[in-house]
Amino acid sequence: MVNLSVNLGNNLELNNPVMTASGTFGYGLEYDDFTDVDRLGGIIVKGTTLNLREGNAYPRLAETRQGMINAVGLQNKGVDHFCKTIYPQLLKYTKTKVIVNVSGSSIEDYVACAERVAALDHIPAIELNISCPNVKQGGMSFGTNPDMAGKVVEAVRKVYPKHLIVKLTPNVTSVVDIAKAAENAGADSVSLVNTFLSMAIDIKTRKPVLSTITGGMSGAAIKPIALRMVWQVANAVKIPVIGLGGISSAEDAIEFIIAGATAIEIGTANFINPNIGNEVVDGIAAYLQANNMKDISELRGSLIL
Amino acid sequence: MHKHHSTDFTVVDIHSLNQSCYQMVLKHPDTLPKVSPGQFVQVQLPDSATSYLRRPISIHDADFEANTLTLLIRKAGKGTELLSHVKEGEKINLLYPLGNGFTLDQAKIGNAPLLIGGGVGIAPLYMAAKALKEAGANPTVLLGARNESDLLKKEAFAAITETQCTTEDGTYGTKGFVTDHANMKENIHQYTSIIVCGPMPMMRAIARVAEAENIPCQVSLENKMACGIGACLCCVTETTDGHNTCVCTQGPVFDSKNVKW
Repeated sequence: MVNLSVNLGNNLELNNPVMTASGTFGYGLEYDDFTDVDRLGGIIVKGTTLNLREGNAYPRLAETRQGMINAVGLQNKGVDHFCKTIYPQLLKYTKTKVIVNVSGSSIEDYVACAERVAALDHIPAIELNISCPNVKQGGMSFGTNPDMAGKVVEAVRKVYPKHLIVKLTPNVTSVVDIAKAAENAGADSVSLVNTFLSMAIDIKTRKPVLSTITGGMSGAAIKPIALRMVWQVANAVKIPVIGLGGISSAEDAIEFIIAGATAIEIGTANFINPNIGNEVVDGIAAYLQANNMKDISELRGSLIL
Repeated sequence: MHKHHSTDFTVVDIHSLNQSCYQMVLKHPDTLPKVSPGQFVQVQLPDSATSYLRRPISIHDADFEANTLTLLIRKAGKGTELLSHVKEGEKINLLYPLGNGFTLDQAKIGNAPLLIGGGVGIAPLYMAAKALKEAGANPTVLLGARNESDLLKKEAFAAITETQCTTEDGTYGTKGFVTDHANMKENIHQYTSIIVCGPMPMMRAIARVAEAENIPCQVSLENKMACGIGACLCCVTETTDGHNTCVCTQGPVFDSKNVKW
């Protein structure tokens, strides 16, 4: 047997490096019929904000070559609804780590939301979303400026003692600068990448496909760019890096780990194959065995240059 | 007990119905679980460079003796075009049964429902008509299309129950839209409720008539979806409670009064 468990620091240890990305896996419950959710390393539940958000108007989806663009806009019923109604249903997951993705449009909102989630015993970490391209205020603007990123992470760090992941946007000139700002402000780890700002046009009507004109692109097509960014950040920060962006197979996940990621997240691929997460867990184990490795740490950052 | 399943079905029949639509019969490897009229499946596409996500398709018919599901599919884009080229014997993965089907309880919809289908929107009505007939109701079917060749399955519907047709060009049945038919005008009060699936403008027009005439009306929406199981929140429709509501899990069938038209 190989050891797949990974330690991300500050009391966040996963049974294996495979998590599901926020916004692509609901609250895990939606997938119970299709896969053993509890066998995954972690599940990062839908982006949660202080207050209810209705999100953007329909249409919110454009399919692209080996990818898709979404413009959901953080639709959720707010953190109090999460704590009261959804959190109790998640207590049945005892092996996987349930992590809440926290979003906001002001520092005060991020802080208030993080404080409420900090009170939930069964949630060992939050993923601070400073990278959503689909909200008018806040969201990505915090993640595109190192000073702003530092300020919001610092403020949340003060009220959130458990593991703090900061999710980064790829829509910047230097993702390394933002990652370092998050590290210096006290992040325990960084996850990247969120979606790429993009658009699609219906040539029959000459109108944008999405109600918001632009949206965030995800899916297999973005993987090589995400991989490059994860490699750059892993070489620049000391905290663990969680890699995501287009991962659709065990081979993709292994590339991210070789590039330096301690854990990975699977996103859009969940829509096509709801059992993909567990297939990736098995594929990584098989790869380690075939390559005579006993522990996933032997693979991490093992890129040969 | 699982509510939803992910299963590799085998294509046992695929043939075209006209230039743009085709029918696919898929056999379950074992015993087909219960599916209800109005529910849908998420069809995984063959691996391709151009198409990526699953396609949500209504269940047209289910045969629990042969363990088969029948789908009617319109080539609406590259994905459904690609799917039209699969061969008998090939395997296709479905997530199913998804969504909430039609309410067919006669205590709620009466014993004389009017089922209206537009274009490929007739697909989910076939199973509904059969179930209603078996339950002793007296459904009437009204099918609308642009022309005779786009009128799908009219003989199959007529074999179950009284079926009338409209075509926009008058090549079959009454000339005009379904809303021009006597069933939607002077005869409308013969019906205890309406069930409709078709293009949005048609469903909107029928919902308006139903509301004005105070007849209960169920509509089946077909918004673009990524996951089909309530995770991505892409397929929402605005409902009268003021929320964006997932068509995949809260629909695809809605009471027409709950949809913001």
